[in-house]
Amino acid sequence: MKTVRQRFVLATAGFGALALAATVLAPLAGSTPISLRRALDPSVPFADNVDAQIFFVARLPRTLAGALVGSTLASAGVVFQGLLRNPLATPFTLGVSAGAALGAMLAITFGLSLGWAGVPAASFAGSLGAVAVVYGLARARHGGLSTNVLLLAGVTMNAFFSALILFVQYFADYAETYRILRWLMGDLDVSSYQPLVTAVPLVVIAFLAFAWLARPLNLLSLGVDSAETRGLDVARTQRTAFLSASVATGAAVSVGGPVGFIGIIVPHLVRLLVGSDHRVVLPASALFGAAFLIGCDVVARTAMSPVELPVGVITALIGGPFFLWLLVRR
Amino acid sequence: MLQATDVRFAYRPNRGVAAKPVLNGVTLEVPAGRVVGILGPNGSGKTTLLRILNGTLRPLGGHVSLDGQDLATLPRATLARRMASVPQETHLAFDYSVIEIVLMGRYPHLGAFEVEGPADLAIARRALAATGTLDFEARSFATLSGGEKQRVIIAAALAQISDDGESRAGTLLLLDEPTAALDLGYQLEVAALVRGLNRQLPLSIVVSTHDLNFAAGVCDTLVLLREGRVLAAGATDDVLTPEHIRALYDVEADVQRHAEAGHLVVVPIGRRA
Repeated sequence: MKTVRQRFVLATAGFGALALAATVLAPLAGSTPISLRRALDPSVPFADNVDAQIFFVARLPRTLAGALVGSTLASAGVVFQGLLRNPLATPFTLGVSAGAALGAMLAITFGLSLGWAGVPAASFAGSLGAVAVVYGLARARHGGLSTNVLLLAGVTMNAFFSALILFVQYFADYAETYRILRWLMGDLDVSSYQPLVTAVPLVVIAFLAFAWLARPLNLLSLGVDSAETRGLDVARTQRTAFLSASVATGAAVSVGGPVGFIGIIVPHLVRLLVGSDHRVVLPASALFGAAFLIGCDVVARTAMSPVELPVGVITALIGGPFFLWLLVRR
Repeated sequence: MLQATDVRFAYRPNRGVAAKPVLNGVTLEVPAGRVVGILGPNGSGKTTLLRILNGTLRPLGGHVSLDGQDLATLPRATLARRMASVPQETHLAFDYSVIEIVLMGRYPHLGAFEVEGPADLAIARRALAATGTLDFEARSFATLSGGEKQRVIIAAALAQISDDGESRAGTLLLLDEPTAALDLGYQLEVAALVRGLNRQLPLSIVVSTHDLNFAAGVCDTLVLLREGRVLAAGATDDVLTPEHIRALYDVEADVQRHAEAGHLVVVPIGRRA
């Protein structure tokens, strides 16, 4: 029986290596073949090094966006699952991603000038609104959501936000509509570092909160009352979890759109490998989520080359059947 | 000593249904080192009373104190190091191993980012040994039987109130209907465990139950609850009478001392006409 610390080190090293390998290798795949050695060759000036330009300017931002969105959605999934005591809860199934997407769309379509953080902030506001509804439901149901209520609430929220999104889209011009549609499917079509730089502070804040939440979420697995009698401030834990998971979802959606099913596939596979302790599951899911979405994006970029699919199509193709399998198995 | 004085409670009115008082001025005390049973029919307020005693609910009137200090003024972690609760049943949201569950009991002893150390592991193992579940240490909680789960949760509670030394002086264990979901064999097992723990350790125990024979065998004193009031309280032999059983449950019963069992035995005869 390994201690938590040993399992943490093992999982972080293993999934970390996987994420690192994905980040370095993914930019090599694409319509123009490039060589990693030439791209990293310091003797050739950057201006003359075509491989380095493709690697660092054209493809790395997109890969890093995949890492950021994947790790954030996967760990937000873990937090929602621990908080609502239900392994089927994720930002996507709860409609929180759709709320964030609505916020981001409003900011894009009507060009709200909130400065550099306009889209992430609007997206965070949208996810917060959606989370407030889920929070109200969970409180009314005494600290947990049954699978039935959770799925019904998710369907309702997603339908509601989809209607609003279509309504907003009606006001967008024709060219914009196509771009928005792709983004709504979950698309990592990121061609600069700017969206990443604006999202990173939000993600850092969320991850700090997640680190604090790991042990409280373990206790919540026992039930709300049991957690409370073990000395946990349950109300504060729930507030922190809801708020930080909304921040994380908002940041991820502002970069990659509402990419679906990451928050359910990744934590589930991770738990099969490392057990349920959130102190191991959270970091492992963040790292594996990064590797997983980068991998999905490589498939999306190359499967029908030169056409690039939105990555959300790939995650949904994997995630839909996976979700149904989980439902049947329970 | 845990003391409740004139405790009153009502749940919030729900959808136009007026708030009905659940507890109507309950006074009781749990002297150090004793086993106190709470008996009463369904809806008499047993579970609510336990939740007020363990601090998860605040009384609307009256107060609860632990060794003279009001529960409301005790920091959560301090209270959790002194008092642990075992719910009727535990349903995990995710599967954990038995040792992980018991180590979660160490929560109030650790800082926000602190990890359980060798001392905590030793305490967890001692708690497992005390409940006869040390062999299950590495097993998944979900694969245990109802009785085994109950004993593991009791072990987690013991780990929670253990000091770094062996001492559990002045600590309390609250059990909510620990035998409700168990078959006869496990019921007797839990009864023997509760009695044994109380003898070995300086530990007070509060246990709510529907099982009169369990109460007769395990409890030093009883508190009988009816409609949110204390009907009677005192030594088990004095309180467990046919008259009180009739008043509590509307049931005629014969109460006798059983020579071999060494305690009172209740035989229900029938529902009162």
